[in-house]
Amino acid sequence: MTDMHLVPDLFGAAITKKASRDGFGKALLELGEKDPNVWAVSADVSESTRTHWFAEKFPQRFVQVGVAEQNMAGVAAGIASCGKLAFISAFGAFSPGRNFDQIRVSVCYNDSNVKVHASHAGLSVGPDGASHQMLEDVALMRSLPNMMVIVPCDVEQAKKATLAVAKVKTPAYIRTSRENAPVFTTPNTPFEIGKANVYRDGKDVAIFACGLQVYEALKAAEELKKKGIDAAVIDMHTIKPIDAATITTYASKCGIVVSVEDHQINGGLGSAIAEVLCEKCPTPLVRVGMKDKFGESGNAYDLFKKYGLDAAGIVKAAENAMKLKR
Amino acid sequence: MPKLEDVNALKSMASIIRQDIIRMLVESKSGHPAGSLGLADIFTALYFNVMRHDPKKPHWEDRDRLVLSNGHVCPVLYASLANAGYFPKEQLMTLRKLGSPLQGHPHRGALPGIENSSGPLGQGISMAVGMALVGKREGKTWRVYTITGDGEHNEGQVWEALLLASKYKLHNLVVVVDRNSIQIDGTTEDVLPLEPFSDKYRAFGWNVIEVDGNDMNAILGAFRSLDSVTDMPTVIIADTVPGKGVSFMEGKYGWHGKAPNKEDGEKAIKELEAES
Repeated sequence: MTDMHLVPDLFGAAITKKASRDGFGKALLELGEKDPNVWAVSADVSESTRTHWFAEKFPQRFVQVGVAEQNMAGVAAGIASCGKLAFISAFGAFSPGRNFDQIRVSVCYNDSNVKVHASHAGLSVGPDGASHQMLEDVALMRSLPNMMVIVPCDVEQAKKATLAVAKVKTPAYIRTSRENAPVFTTPNTPFEIGKANVYRDGKDVAIFACGLQVYEALKAAEELKKKGIDAAVIDMHTIKPIDAATITTYASKCGIVVSVEDHQINGGLGSAIAEVLCEKCPTPLVRVGMKDKFGESGNAYDLFKKYGLDAAGIVKAAENAMKLKR
Repeated sequence: MPKLEDVNALKSMASIIRQDIIRMLVESKSGHPAGSLGLADIFTALYFNVMRHDPKKPHWEDRDRLVLSNGHVCPVLYASLANAGYFPKEQLMTLRKLGSPLQGHPHRGALPGIENSSGPLGQGISMAVGMALVGKREGKTWRVYTITGDGEHNEGQVWEALLLASKYKLHNLVVVVDRNSIQIDGTTEDVLPLEPFSDKYRAFGWNVIEVDGNDMNAILGAFRSLDSVTDMPTVIIADTVPGKGVSFMEGKYGWHGKAPNKEDGEKAIKELEAES
């Protein structure tokens, strides 16, 4: 197994907590410094999406469109058509929530070099409530031709993912969170688009997670170990193109699969994994995610607990999964 | 690209483009004749006189850009590009057929000279704003010409884009509105009234030019007046007759999205030939 260079004291109380949106913002600034062709467009939420660091330094390459996400996507496609790389940023609920058609046609059908960054994704938005908890974005974005979909697990990975998509000429979607969450990967942790990271090997059950749920899955694996269950934990940061090889390898090895995501169970990571399993390696799958419901106000981790997206929920799902084992 | 300076030569070219449109639509058996015919004079003026472009170098960095927002009128774009020399005219007859680069709505990259994919209405001005921002901030001299429909102004995104163009004082952006007053379900004023239309643009901070969109001299005059505009975007509201040049199509919204059959086509071509 490749050394993943995670932080040494993975479950220590002293683990640093940061929001993955910061990783995006830092990478954007770095890209701006390195490449005069990088532009950024914001829809009235530049500080929240961490686009403001770029905006302050490169006002000539920053465009403030106001609360107008549809226009934002089109403007970015126009900028990109002049040989630029354009990043658009807003809350996931509004982009891609509001501007799916513009992302579909102006960005994807034009094959524009536009990267869509959605912050404040999922239940982890917390107190703002259901209207702002974007739980359907991965389903929308992964259905689009030419679009790549990445859900980083922490601030370090968000930075690497942003730098990585900048090197690709096609549209890409990056989903980050506002919630401060454990920074458990390091600058040395590998990141390659489309290549899942196996953080923990195991033979009894394979847990595939993305976003903040990767750390929860690692915690769950520790608990499962105490119960005599040897769980593998795999970080599926790239949902499209999906790493089918790693999915089938671990499905064959463990014979049972659990998917975990801060997203509706329909259409997201769990569905992407189900598609691979059904076609290449039929294996029972238990999907952990929002069960076709809207969320509600509350703190992020209280919501994770209530809806079964925390370590305890994953342990329960894994135990249930073990019963399905053939 | 050699310019046609003479107004009569431009009028003849517009007639050739109209005849090509009719032939293409008869052959494809579907498509949008009324808007395409109505815009033929404006497209002719742009591609054969006004715009700085080179059909041999479609990606030339300093070219003027034409963004087609109301993609359904693409027959007039395809016919203009082919007559200007971007691709062989024979290809026009493949419109909407399997394997053809002449898609039912334009696809960027499928054919040289197409600047944007379009179809769903309301998206073109935003793209044009993005282009014009790059041009303005980088001190380029090229312009962006955007063709839009009037019915398309029902879309909220259009107004988002107009606000932004005004904010950034995009003097290098020109929006041409095909004010033919028809849309699919009826007249624009019945479906969702736009009037007072030019006042809306003025209130949004735009330079407004109103013109007879089927009068070649007036069209050229409108485009020539752009050089004096330095701090605001311009809209040219072009009053056009849908189906222009074909008597039985003129002003009839039934011809918005219906292709002429072979007999209608022959009749139309005869009329157009007699006029030119």
